[in-house]
Parts: sequence; structure tokens; C-alpha cells
Amino acid sequence: MRQVAVVGIGKTAFGAFPDRDLRSLAVEAGQKALENAGANGSQVEAFYLGNFAGPSFVGQNHLAPYVAAGMGITGIPATRFEAACASSGAAFFHAVSAVAAGLYDVILITGVEKMTSQPTPKVTEILAGAGDLCGEVRAGATFPALFAMIARRHMYQYGTTREQMAAVAVKNHANGAKNPLAHMRKVITMEQALNGKPISEPLTVYDCSLISDGAAAVLIAPFERASEFTDKPVRVLGIAQASDNVALDEKEDITTLRAVQISAAKAYKMAGVKPADIQFAEVHDCFTIAEIVAIEDLGFVKKGEGGPYSLAGKTCIQGELPVNTSGGLKAKGHPVGATGVGQICDVVQQIRGEADERQVKRNALGLAQNLGGSGATSVVTILGAA
Amino acid sequence: MNNPGAGTVYTETVVFSPPEAYVNDVPYQLAIIQLENGRRLTGRIDGERAHIGDQVKFVEFRKDVAFFRKSV
Repeated sequence: MRQVAVVGIGKTAFGAFPDRDLRSLAVEAGQKALENAGANGSQVEAFYLGNFAGPSFVGQNHLAPYVAAGMGITGIPATRFEAACASSGAAFFHAVSAVAAGLYDVILITGVEKMTSQPTPKVTEILAGAGDLCGEVRAGATFPALFAMIARRHMYQYGTTREQMAAVAVKNHANGAKNPLAHMRKVITMEQALNGKPISEPLTVYDCSLISDGAAAVLIAPFERASEFTDKPVRVLGIAQASDNVALDEKEDITTLRAVQISAAKAYKMAGVKPADIQFAEVHDCFTIAEIVAIEDLGFVKKGEGGPYSLAGKTCIQGELPVNTSGGLKAKGHPVGATGVGQICDVVQQIRGEADERQVKRNALGLAQNLGGSGATSVVTILGAA
Repeated sequence: MNNPGAGTVYTETVVFSPPEAYVNDVPYQLAIIQLENGRRLTGRIDGERAHIGDQVKFVEFRKDVAFFRKSV
């Protein structure tokens, strides 16, 4: 297998953009990634698009060639990947696999979602389509409800508290406030986080990620060709995707997401590193409890210790393991199809030393974890300096 | 559909922000029930609020959704 490098990154701002359509967002991110790599569209050999629910949110189907053509790119394979909130993580995994295998040299991977054109109950219903429609969703489950039930069980088994979850929100808002591309650039207090409007008990509005529009893109190439595009290539040292049951009630222990553990173990093995070697991470905090569960399942802390670790400030930018320096899905925003590739951009930015006031000191080895649904898809990527 | 019988609450939540189909139901309690037959089922709790570990019994299916009630 060939080693693969990320040679270009590009993101739109995440937010609510009533005047922008899905394609213009995706095209902007893709063009920025090409510009960042000093590349042009004619060098792209395949286009992989991550998008969860474009057809439901905006009615448009056949999205991959539609977006590629919007960039003036035709004639190459253009394919959409759907894996709920891990859609672009899955697109990235398969693109890296194809380059590693020697199938292509240069692939552009874009993630996009345009969500804010629908009212919240409709968005809630579309997102619930990532659950089991014949079971949990028919009974009235929403994604906040599924993660609320994970939170309740985590609180019951490990004594995790509302304050520990709120600490994740406070930290991610503080980071997002420093990120010029974040959806919510607003610092919040612990008191605010604890007293938000209830969404699905015990989760309040401050425990939930945002409904956003946005896109992100990366250009990848074999490491041996990276210098044609950039003097700051970032290596994909390890990457894995794993799956699990879609329905939450079919998972044995809902406080542990097996797909995350499996994909993490494979990615660590491929990279030849241990969890303790990882210096910073972007994890999938679709809800505050999801960040707590993620840092446990990724092996950074023992099961049940994610809450106390978060409340103690260990995951702040200045802490021993900075998590979600971008602001995370909580404050940066969560245009679901864009999230996985957006995380890759954020980790690459840190490794290149381009994160400005959010820059971490130990930036040589970073991890991105992208989750689909209540854990039925997980993609874990380990990136390192060249 | 078969009567799922009795069970205990494995986890639960009260939903305040509903999907479009259930805007008139909020707030409602949703729970995963650990059934006596060994399986788990996501359903609704009717009446008194139930917590993890509480015994519940099946009441009825409404539009294919199992409703349970806390045992006294």
C-alpha cells in the first residue's frame, strides 16, 4: 500500500446561509482545497462527495456529478457517499483506500450539507432517518433523544453528571469563539449551559450541536507526489471505518460505541501508535455526552472517566489532550455531510501550525473521529506531520 | 404484533423537541425496555414518570408503538 498525504484543505464558513444553495457551498470548499494545493480541476482523477440528506433537505439528487460539474470537472468518476453524519468521513476513508491501492493519484473529497432551509421539526425528522424507522423512530426517537438515553445510562453506570457534560459545551463554545469559520462564536458560562431549554432530558439546547449549512474539502495524493502540491504535506498514518447495528436498542451496552472502538483499534495499529501518543483530537461531539463517550472509546481515558476528565479541563486547548479546538460540532457547527472532512481540515490546520490563537503546542500527531447515527458508522483517522 | 409483556427500564428520556410527526405529543417519555424475554424494545411510557430500573408492564400498541406503564 502507498502512503497517502493530504495536500490541500478548504472550508466554507459554517452557519445559516439563506442565500446560498448546496452546490455553491460545495463548489466553494472544493475550489479552496484546489487553490490551497496549487492544483487545478484537470488534475483531479476522481471526485468523492459526502452528503447525508441533500435529496430530503433541498430535493436535489445525483449530487456528486452535479457538484463536480459546478467546478468545471467532468469526465471522471464522481460518486456520493451516504453514512449519516459520517458521510464525508466514509468518502475520505474510501478515497484514501483508492489512492493507497494505486487506483488513482489525486482525489478531491468534499462534504456538504444544506440544512437550514427547513424548519426544526422537519430537520429533526430528516435526521431521524439515520435511525431505525421501523422501531425507535416510530416510537418517537429523535437524535437528541437517542443520545439523551445514552447520557442517562452513562450517568447511571458511571456517575457522569450534568455539570461534566456542560463543561464540554463551555469548552467547545470557548474554542468556537476563536474560530473565524465557526457557526456560533459565542462564549457561554457553566450556569447558562446547565440551564438551557430542555430538548430531550437530560440534554438541553447547550448539549446539542447546531443545525448548519456548510462544506469542507480536501485534496489527497500519494505521499511521494505531495511536494508537487505543498511544502506542508500531512500524512494519513492510520485510517479505519467500522459499523454496528443502526438501532440503539440492538446495541449491547449503549455507553460504549463498538464501531468507534473497532475503527480506533485498527487505525492505531495501522499507524503504529497508542492512544497515549495522540497529541490532540477532533471528535464527533454531536451532543456533549458523545464527546465524553468518544474520548473513552478512543482509549484516551478509561470507561467512565470521560466526564471527570472533561470537567477537570484536561481537554482544553492548554490541557494535556486538547479536544475539538475548532469548537467541535457544538460551536463550529454540524452540517452533517461536511463534518467528517471538516474535521480532517481542522486536524491538518493544527499540524501545519496554522490554527492561530487556537494553535496547540504539541501538534505532530492528531486524530479525527467521525460518527454516523447513534454509532452504526465510525471513521477514525490518524494524521501526522511529514 | 405480539404482546411484549413486562420488563424494566434500561434507559429513558423525556422528549421536548419532537419530529414533525409527533409535534402534538410533547412532552413524551421514550424508553428502551429490557423485556423479560431477554430482548430490548423502544417504546413509550404512559402516565407516571419511570426511571432506570423501574418495573413496567405493557399496556397496548398504538399505531404499532408499544406503550408501557410503571408497575405499582
